[in-house]
Amino acid sequence: MKEFVTITIDDQEIKARPGEFIVDAARRNGIYIPTLCNMPGVKPAGSCRICTINVNGRLMTSCTTPVAEGMEIETISKEIEDFRKAVVELLLVEGNHFCPACEKSGTCELQALGYRLEVMAPRFPYQFPKRDIDAGNPKLVKDHNRCVLCKRCIRTILDEEGHHIFAFRYRGHQLQITIDPEYGMNMTDELAQKAAKNCPVGALLYRGKHGFEIPIGKRKYDKEPIGSDIEKLKKVKTS
Amino acid sequence: MSNRKVIATTSLAGCFGCHMSFLDIDERILDLIQLVEFNKSPIDDIKKFTKECDIGLIEGGVCNSENVEILKEFRKHCKILVSFGECAIMGGLPALRNTLPIEECIREAYLEGPSVSDSNEEGILPNDEELPMLLNKVYPCHEVVKIDYFLPGCPPRADLIWDTLYALVTEQEIKLPYEVIKYD
Repeated sequence: MKEFVTITIDDQEIKARPGEFIVDAARRNGIYIPTLCNMPGVKPAGSCRICTINVNGRLMTSCTTPVAEGMEIETISKEIEDFRKAVVELLLVEGNHFCPACEKSGTCELQALGYRLEVMAPRFPYQFPKRDIDAGNPKLVKDHNRCVLCKRCIRTILDEEGHHIFAFRYRGHQLQITIDPEYGMNMTDELAQKAAKNCPVGALLYRGKHGFEIPIGKRKYDKEPIGSDIEKLKKVKTS
Repeated sequence: MSNRKVIATTSLAGCFGCHMSFLDIDERILDLIQLVEFNKSPIDDIKKFTKECDIGLIEGGVCNSENVEILKEFRKHCKILVSFGECAIMGGLPALRNTLPIEECIREAYLEGPSVSDSNEEGILPNDEELPMLLNKVYPCHEVVKIDYFLPGCPPRADLIWDTLYALVTEQEIKLPYEVIKYD
Protein backbone atom coordinates (compact mmCIF):
# COMPACT_ATOMS: atom_id res chain seq x y z
CA MET A 1 0.00 0.00 0.00
CA LYS A 2 1.19 3.46 -0.80
CA GLU A 3 2.39 5.64 2.02
CA PHE A 4 0.19 8.53 0.98
CA VAL A 5 -2.24 9.62 -1.71
CA THR A 6 -2.37 13.03 -3.33
CA ILE A 7 -5.66 14.88 -3.43
CA THR A 8 -6.60 18.45 -4.31
CA ILE A 9 -8.76 20.39 -1.87
CA ASP A 10 -9.85 23.86 -3.02
CA ASP A 11 -6.93 24.07 -5.49
CA GLN A 12 -4.47 23.09 -2.77
CA GLU A 13 -2.51 19.87 -3.23
CA ILE A 14 -2.55 17.72 -0.11
CA LYS A 15 -0.88 14.48 0.89
CA ALA A 16 -3.32 12.29 2.76
CA ARG A 17 -2.99 8.93 4.47
CA PRO A 18 -4.69 6.07 2.62
CA GLY A 19 -8.01 5.22 4.27
CA GLU A 20 -8.24 8.59 5.96
CA PHE A 21 -11.58 10.39 5.68
CA ILE A 22 -11.61 13.59 3.65
CA VAL A 23 -12.79 15.69 6.60
CA ASP A 24 -9.78 14.59 8.69
CA ALA A 25 -7.27 15.15 5.89
CA ALA A 26 -8.67 18.62 5.37
CA ARG A 27 -8.54 19.41 9.09
CA ARG A 28 -4.89 18.38 9.37
CA ASN A 29 -4.16 20.89 6.63
CA GLY A 30 -6.05 23.75 8.22
CA ILE A 31 -9.13 23.48 6.00
CA TYR A 32 -12.32 23.49 8.05
CA ILE A 33 -15.29 21.56 6.71
CA PRO A 34 -18.32 22.18 8.94
CA THR A 35 -19.44 19.05 10.82
CA LEU A 36 -22.12 18.32 13.37
CA CYS A 37 -22.57 14.58 13.91
CA ASN A 38 -18.87 13.88 13.34
CA MET A 39 -16.32 13.56 16.14
CA PRO A 40 -12.61 13.11 15.48
CA GLY A 41 -11.54 9.56 16.25
CA VAL A 42 -15.07 8.18 16.36
CA LYS A 43 -16.52 5.99 13.62
CA PRO A 44 -18.52 8.38 11.41
CA ALA A 45 -22.30 8.17 11.17
CA GLY A 46 -22.87 10.47 8.19
CA SER A 47 -26.25 11.40 9.58
CA CYS A 48 -26.32 15.21 9.50
CA ARG A 49 -24.99 15.91 5.94
CA ILE A 50 -23.48 19.26 7.01
CA CYS A 51 -20.03 18.18 5.84
CA THR A 52 -21.19 17.72 2.25
CA ILE A 53 -18.51 18.58 -0.30
CA ASN A 54 -18.05 18.23 -4.03
CA VAL A 55 -15.78 15.32 -5.06
CA ASN A 56 -15.04 15.09 -8.77
CA GLY A 57 -18.37 16.77 -9.52
CA ARG A 58 -20.52 14.78 -7.10
CA LEU A 59 -21.84 15.83 -3.70
CA MET A 60 -20.64 13.53 -0.92
CA THR A 61 -20.27 13.60 2.86
CA SER A 62 -16.65 14.22 3.73
CA CYS A 63 -16.87 12.41 7.08
CA THR A 64 -17.68 9.04 5.49
CA THR A 65 -15.70 9.26 2.24
CA PRO A 66 -12.11 7.99 2.38
CA VAL A 67 -9.50 9.80 0.30
CA ALA A 68 -8.47 8.31 -3.04
CA GLU A 69 -5.61 9.20 -5.38
CA GLY A 70 -6.31 12.20 -7.58
CA MET A 71 -9.58 13.34 -5.98
CA GLU A 72 -10.54 16.89 -6.92
CA ILE A 73 -12.42 18.30 -3.95
CA GLU A 74 -14.31 21.53 -3.53
CA THR A 75 -15.27 22.28 0.09
CA ILE A 76 -16.90 25.62 -0.43
CA SER A 77 -19.08 27.10 -3.16
CA LYS A 78 -22.35 28.97 -3.36
CA GLU A 79 -24.23 25.72 -3.90
CA ILE A 80 -22.55 23.90 -0.99
CA GLU A 81 -22.93 26.88 1.35
CA ASP A 82 -26.64 27.08 0.59
CA PHE A 83 -27.02 23.34 1.04
CA ARG A 84 -25.36 23.55 4.49
CA LYS A 85 -27.56 26.48 5.47
CA ALA A 86 -30.61 24.46 4.45
CA VAL A 87 -29.49 21.57 6.68
CA VAL A 88 -29.11 23.87 9.70
CA GLU A 89 -32.48 25.47 8.94
CA LEU A 90 -34.18 22.07 8.64
CA LEU A 91 -32.77 21.04 12.02
CA LEU A 92 -33.92 24.32 13.58
CA VAL A 93 -37.52 23.94 12.38
CA GLU A 94 -37.70 20.19 12.94
CA GLY A 95 -37.23 20.38 16.73
CA ASN A 96 -38.01 22.98 19.34
CA HIS A 97 -34.83 25.03 19.65
CA PHE A 98 -35.56 27.82 22.11
CA CYS A 99 -32.02 29.14 22.29
CA PRO A 100 -32.67 31.93 24.85
CA ALA A 101 -33.89 29.34 27.37
CA CYS A 102 -31.20 26.70 26.77
CA GLU A 103 -28.17 26.33 29.00
CA LYS A 104 -26.11 24.96 26.12
CA SER A 105 -26.53 28.28 24.31
CA GLY A 106 -23.14 29.75 23.44
CA THR A 107 -21.43 26.36 23.36
CA CYS A 108 -24.02 24.65 21.13
CA GLU A 109 -22.59 23.41 17.85
CA LEU A 110 -25.85 23.65 15.92
CA GLN A 111 -26.14 27.27 16.97
CA ALA A 112 -22.47 27.88 16.16
CA LEU A 113 -23.01 26.52 12.65
CA GLY A 114 -25.98 28.86 12.30
CA TYR A 115 -23.76 31.78 13.31
CA ARG A 116 -20.96 30.79 10.99
CA LEU A 117 -23.27 30.25 8.03
CA GLU A 118 -25.22 33.42 8.89
CA VAL A 119 -28.57 31.70 9.21
CA MET A 120 -30.81 34.63 10.13
CA ALA A 121 -34.15 32.81 9.82
CA PRO A 122 -35.13 29.42 8.40
CA ARG A 123 -36.79 29.25 4.97
CA PHE A 124 -38.94 26.30 6.15
CA PRO A 125 -42.07 26.49 8.34
CA TYR A 126 -41.62 25.69 12.04
CA GLN A 127 -43.04 22.31 13.03
CA PHE A 128 -43.27 22.75 16.83
CA PRO A 129 -43.47 18.99 17.43
CA LYS A 130 -44.72 17.79 20.80
CA ARG A 131 -41.78 16.07 22.47
CA ASP A 132 -41.01 15.02 26.01
CA ILE A 133 -38.31 15.92 28.46
CA ASP A 134 -37.07 12.84 30.29
CA ALA A 135 -35.79 13.57 33.78
CA GLY A 136 -35.78 9.94 34.89
CA ASN A 137 -32.03 9.58 35.03
CA PRO A 138 -30.31 10.73 38.24
CA LYS A 139 -27.39 12.35 36.41
CA LEU A 140 -28.71 13.49 33.05
CA VAL A 141 -31.72 15.37 31.73
CA LYS A 142 -32.70 14.25 28.25
CA ASP A 143 -34.61 16.82 26.20
CA HIS A 144 -35.97 15.39 22.96
CA ASN A 145 -37.00 18.85 21.79
CA ARG A 146 -33.36 19.67 21.15
CA CYS A 147 -32.01 16.33 19.95
CA VAL A 148 -30.63 16.27 16.40
CA LEU A 149 -30.20 12.46 16.34
CA CYS A 150 -26.45 12.66 15.63
CA LYS A 151 -25.81 9.39 17.51
CA ARG A 152 -22.77 10.86 19.24
CA CYS A 153 -23.98 9.64 22.64
CA ILE A 154 -24.76 6.21 21.22
CA ARG A 155 -21.34 5.93 19.64
CA THR A 156 -19.15 7.33 22.41
CA ILE A 157 -20.76 6.55 25.77
CA LEU A 158 -19.96 3.03 26.95
CA ASP A 159 -19.46 1.86 30.51
CA GLU A 160 -16.28 0.14 31.75
CA GLU A 161 -17.45 -3.24 30.58
CA GLY A 162 -18.24 -1.96 27.12
CA HIS A 163 -22.02 -1.75 27.44
CA HIS A 164 -23.69 0.94 25.37
CA ILE A 165 -25.67 3.31 27.61
CA PHE A 166 -27.61 5.01 24.80
CA ALA A 167 -29.62 3.58 21.92
CA PHE A 168 -32.26 4.57 19.40
CA ARG A 169 -35.87 3.55 19.76
CA TYR A 170 -38.93 3.87 17.51
CA ARG A 171 -38.63 4.67 13.80
CA GLY A 172 -39.10 7.48 11.30
CA HIS A 173 -40.19 10.84 12.71
CA GLN A 174 -40.69 9.24 16.15
CA LEU A 175 -37.05 8.16 16.37
CA GLN A 176 -35.46 9.15 19.68
CA ILE A 177 -32.51 8.34 21.90
CA THR A 178 -33.12 6.29 24.98
CA ILE A 179 -30.99 5.56 28.04
CA ASP A 180 -30.54 1.97 29.14
CA PRO A 181 -32.61 1.67 32.34
CA GLU A 182 -30.02 -0.45 34.14
CA TYR A 183 -26.64 0.75 32.90
CA GLY A 184 -27.93 4.33 32.72
CA MET A 185 -28.83 4.34 36.40
CA ASN A 186 -25.32 3.23 37.32
CA MET A 187 -23.53 5.75 35.14
CA THR A 188 -20.52 7.40 36.80
CA ASP A 189 -20.37 11.19 37.13
CA GLU A 190 -17.49 11.29 34.65
CA LEU A 191 -19.44 9.34 32.05
CA ALA A 192 -22.55 11.50 32.49
CA GLN A 193 -20.43 14.63 32.10
CA LYS A 194 -18.82 13.17 28.99
CA ALA A 195 -22.25 12.42 27.53
CA ALA A 196 -23.38 16.01 28.11
CA LYS A 197 -20.12 17.33 26.66
CA ASN A 198 -20.29 15.13 23.57
CA CYS A 199 -23.87 16.18 22.86
CA PRO A 200 -23.53 18.96 20.26
CA VAL A 201 -26.81 20.55 21.39
CA GLY A 202 -28.59 20.84 24.74
CA ALA A 203 -30.38 17.48 24.47
CA LEU A 204 -28.26 15.91 27.21
CA LEU A 205 -27.58 18.10 30.23
CA TYR A 206 -25.58 17.13 33.28
CA ARG A 207 -27.68 17.72 36.36
CA GLY A 208 -26.68 20.19 39.04
CA LYS A 209 -26.44 23.90 39.57
CA HIS A 210 -23.90 24.73 36.91
CA GLY A 211 -26.04 25.86 33.99
CA PHE A 212 -25.37 29.34 32.61
CA GLU A 213 -22.07 29.39 34.54
CA ILE A 214 -20.10 31.12 31.79
CA PRO A 215 -21.26 34.70 31.22
CA ILE A 216 -22.47 35.88 27.83
CA GLY A 217 -19.50 37.17 25.88
CA LYS A 218 -17.10 34.52 27.25
CA ARG A 219 -18.74 31.38 25.90
CA LYS A 220 -17.05 29.18 23.32
CA TYR A 221 -18.69 30.58 20.19
CA ASP A 222 -19.39 34.15 21.33
CA LYS A 223 -16.36 35.75 19.71
CA GLU A 224 -14.90 33.20 17.31
CA PRO A 225 -16.75 31.08 14.77
CA ILE A 226 -16.74 27.30 15.02
CA GLY A 227 -13.76 25.96 13.07
CA SER A 228 -11.49 28.94 13.81
CA ASP A 229 -9.08 26.69 15.71
CA ILE A 230 -8.62 24.55 12.61
CA GLU A 231 -8.27 27.53 10.30
CA LYS A 232 -5.58 28.97 12.58
CA LEU A 233 -3.47 25.90 11.78
CA LYS A 234 -3.37 27.00 8.17
CA LYS A 235 -2.35 30.53 9.02
CA VAL A 236 0.57 29.22 11.08
CA LYS A 237 1.58 26.85 8.29
CA THR A 238 1.53 29.42 5.52
CA SER A 239 3.19 32.24 7.45
CA MET B 1 -35.42 67.43 6.73
CA SER B 2 -37.88 66.04 4.26
CA ASN B 3 -35.60 63.36 2.85
CA ARG B 4 -35.16 61.71 6.23
CA LYS B 5 -36.25 58.08 6.20
CA VAL B 6 -39.36 57.25 8.17
CA ILE B 7 -39.26 54.41 10.71
CA ALA B 8 -42.12 52.65 12.46
CA THR B 9 -41.75 50.07 15.21
CA THR B 10 -44.07 47.80 17.16
CA SER B 11 -44.05 45.06 19.74
CA LEU B 12 -46.46 42.20 19.05
CA ALA B 13 -46.18 39.11 21.29
CA GLY B 14 -42.89 40.33 22.72
CA CYS B 15 -41.58 41.68 26.01
CA PHE B 16 -40.24 45.04 24.76
CA GLY B 17 -36.72 43.73 25.36
CA CYS B 18 -35.88 44.25 21.69
CA HIS B 19 -36.97 47.88 21.93
CA MET B 20 -34.79 48.21 25.05
CA SER B 21 -31.88 46.79 23.09
CA PHE B 22 -32.66 49.30 20.33
CA LEU B 23 -32.28 52.10 22.90
CA ASP B 24 -29.01 50.43 23.89
CA ILE B 25 -27.38 52.00 20.80
CA ASP B 26 -26.67 54.75 23.37
CA GLU B 27 -25.45 58.08 22.01
CA ARG B 28 -25.72 56.85 18.44
CA ILE B 29 -29.42 57.61 18.82
CA LEU B 30 -28.41 61.26 18.29
CA ASP B 31 -26.89 60.32 14.92
CA LEU B 32 -29.95 58.25 14.11
CA ILE B 33 -32.37 61.07 14.75
CA GLN B 34 -30.48 63.17 12.19
CA LEU B 35 -31.15 60.46 9.61
CA VAL B 36 -34.66 59.32 10.41
CA GLU B 37 -37.99 60.35 11.83
CA PHE B 38 -40.26 58.02 13.74
CA ASN B 39 -43.87 57.45 12.85
CA LYS B 40 -46.10 54.80 14.49
CA SER B 41 -43.97 53.54 17.35
CA PRO B 42 -44.01 53.18 21.14
CA ILE B 43 -40.86 55.32 21.14
CA ASP B 44 -42.78 58.50 20.22
CA ASP B 45 -46.22 57.10 21.15
CA ILE B 46 -47.77 57.70 17.72
CA LYS B 47 -50.61 55.16 17.70
CA LYS B 48 -51.66 55.24 14.05
CA PHE B 49 -49.74 55.52 10.80
CA THR B 50 -49.86 59.13 9.63
CA LYS B 51 -47.69 58.56 6.54
CA GLU B 52 -46.04 55.84 4.51
CA CYS B 53 -42.85 54.53 6.13
CA ASP B 54 -39.56 53.31 4.74
CA ILE B 55 -38.66 50.81 7.45
CA GLY B 56 -40.84 48.89 9.90
CA LEU B 57 -39.28 47.06 12.82
CA ILE B 58 -41.35 44.20 14.23
CA GLU B 59 -40.69 42.80 17.67
CA GLY B 60 -42.53 39.70 18.87
CA GLY B 61 -44.41 36.90 17.19
CA VAL B 62 -48.07 36.65 16.23
CA CYS B 63 -50.21 35.19 19.02
CA ASN B 64 -53.63 36.83 18.60
CA SER B 65 -55.96 38.52 16.10
CA GLU B 66 -54.74 42.02 17.00
CA ASN B 67 -51.14 41.01 16.21
CA VAL B 68 -52.27 39.81 12.78
CA GLU B 69 -54.05 43.11 12.09
CA ILE B 70 -51.11 45.28 13.18
CA LEU B 71 -48.60 43.17 11.27
CA LYS B 72 -50.65 43.41 8.06
CA GLU B 73 -50.98 47.14 8.59
CA PHE B 74 -47.20 47.41 8.92
CA ARG B 75 -46.74 45.43 5.72
CA LYS B 76 -49.12 47.79 3.96
CA HIS B 77 -47.46 50.99 5.15
CA CYS B 78 -43.73 50.03 5.24
CA LYS B 79 -41.49 49.52 2.24
CA ILE B 80 -39.08 47.33 4.22
CA LEU B 81 -40.14 45.10 7.09
CA VAL B 82 -37.58 43.82 9.57
CA SER B 83 -38.26 41.04 12.10
CA PHE B 84 -36.09 41.77 15.10
CA GLY B 85 -35.67 39.30 17.93
CA GLU B 86 -36.24 35.58 18.37
CA CYS B 87 -39.98 35.99 19.03
CA ALA B 88 -40.56 37.72 15.69
CA ILE B 89 -38.40 35.13 13.93
CA MET B 90 -39.51 31.87 15.57
CA GLY B 91 -42.24 32.75 18.08
CA GLY B 92 -39.80 32.77 20.99
CA LEU B 93 -40.87 31.97 24.53
CA PRO B 94 -44.59 32.61 23.83
CA ALA B 95 -44.32 29.79 21.29
CA LEU B 96 -43.59 27.34 24.12
CA ARG B 97 -47.37 26.92 24.14
CA ASN B 98 -47.35 25.68 20.57
CA THR B 99 -47.01 22.05 21.56
CA LEU B 100 -50.11 22.25 23.77
CA PRO B 101 -53.75 22.56 22.70
CA ILE B 102 -55.08 26.10 23.28
CA GLU B 103 -57.87 24.76 25.55
CA GLU B 104 -55.28 23.34 27.91
CA CYS B 105 -53.41 26.68 28.07
CA ILE B 106 -56.57 28.65 28.84
CA ARG B 107 -57.74 26.14 31.43
CA GLU B 108 -54.37 26.29 33.17
CA ALA B 109 -54.21 30.09 33.04
CA TYR B 110 -57.76 30.86 34.25
CA LEU B 111 -59.18 27.79 35.97
CA GLU B 112 -56.64 25.30 37.24
CA GLY B 113 -53.31 27.07 37.76
CA PRO B 114 -52.22 27.34 41.42
CA SER B 115 -52.74 31.13 41.46
CA VAL B 116 -56.27 31.03 40.04
CA SER B 117 -57.84 27.76 41.19
CA ASP B 118 -59.12 29.36 44.42
CA SER B 119 -59.92 32.81 43.12
CA ASN B 120 -62.00 32.05 40.03
CA GLU B 121 -64.78 29.98 41.54
CA GLU B 122 -67.32 30.87 38.89
CA GLY B 123 -64.90 29.69 36.23
CA ILE B 124 -64.98 32.91 34.22
CA LEU B 125 -63.01 32.92 31.00
CA PRO B 126 -62.08 36.15 29.19
CA ASN B 127 -64.67 36.47 26.44
CA ASP B 128 -65.40 39.99 25.28
CA GLU B 129 -65.51 41.34 21.77
CA GLU B 130 -63.05 44.06 22.84
CA LEU B 131 -60.44 41.41 23.56
CA PRO B 132 -58.35 39.99 20.73
CA MET B 133 -58.85 36.30 20.04
CA LEU B 134 -55.92 34.00 20.75
CA LEU B 135 -54.62 32.09 17.74
CA ASN B 136 -54.28 28.31 17.86
CA LYS B 137 -50.52 28.81 18.11
CA VAL B 138 -47.88 31.53 18.04
CA TYR B 139 -46.63 32.21 14.51
CA PRO B 140 -43.35 33.73 13.37
CA CYS B 141 -44.00 37.02 11.52
CA HIS B 142 -42.69 35.69 8.20
CA GLU B 143 -45.32 32.95 8.24
CA VAL B 144 -48.01 35.67 8.19
CA VAL B 145 -46.59 38.41 5.93
CA LYS B 146 -43.48 38.80 3.77
CA ILE B 147 -40.51 39.91 5.90
CA ASP B 148 -37.46 41.42 4.21
CA TYR B 149 -34.75 41.22 6.88
CA PHE B 150 -34.19 39.20 10.04
CA LEU B 151 -32.19 40.25 13.09
CA PRO B 152 -31.87 37.29 15.46
CA GLY B 153 -31.07 37.55 19.15
CA CYS B 154 -32.80 37.64 22.50
CA PRO B 155 -32.50 40.53 22.42
CA PRO B 156 -30.73 41.32 19.12
CA ARG B 157 -27.46 43.02 20.03
CA ALA B 158 -27.61 46.82 19.88
CA ASP B 159 -24.72 46.75 17.38
CA LEU B 160 -26.68 44.41 15.11
CA ILE B 161 -29.68 46.77 15.18
CA TRP B 162 -27.48 49.80 14.61
CA ASP B 163 -25.37 48.28 11.80
CA THR B 164 -28.46 47.06 9.95
CA LEU B 165 -30.50 50.19 10.43
CA TYR B 166 -27.63 52.46 9.47
CA ALA B 167 -27.00 50.46 6.29
CA LEU B 168 -30.70 50.45 5.37
CA VAL B 169 -31.15 54.15 6.04
CA THR B 170 -28.02 55.15 4.10
CA GLU B 171 -28.76 52.53 1.42
CA GLN B 172 -25.48 50.70 1.80
CA GLU B 173 -24.68 47.00 1.86
CA ILE B 174 -25.26 45.41 5.27
CA LYS B 175 -21.96 44.08 6.64
CA LEU B 176 -22.20 42.32 9.96
CA PRO B 177 -19.29 41.25 12.20
CA TYR B 178 -19.45 37.68 13.59
CA GLU B 179 -20.10 38.70 17.20
CA VAL B 180 -23.43 40.41 16.53
CA ILE B 181 -25.32 37.40 15.15
CA LYS B 182 -26.57 35.47 18.18
CA TYR B 183 -29.72 33.51 18.93
CA ASP B 184 -29.81 34.33 22.65
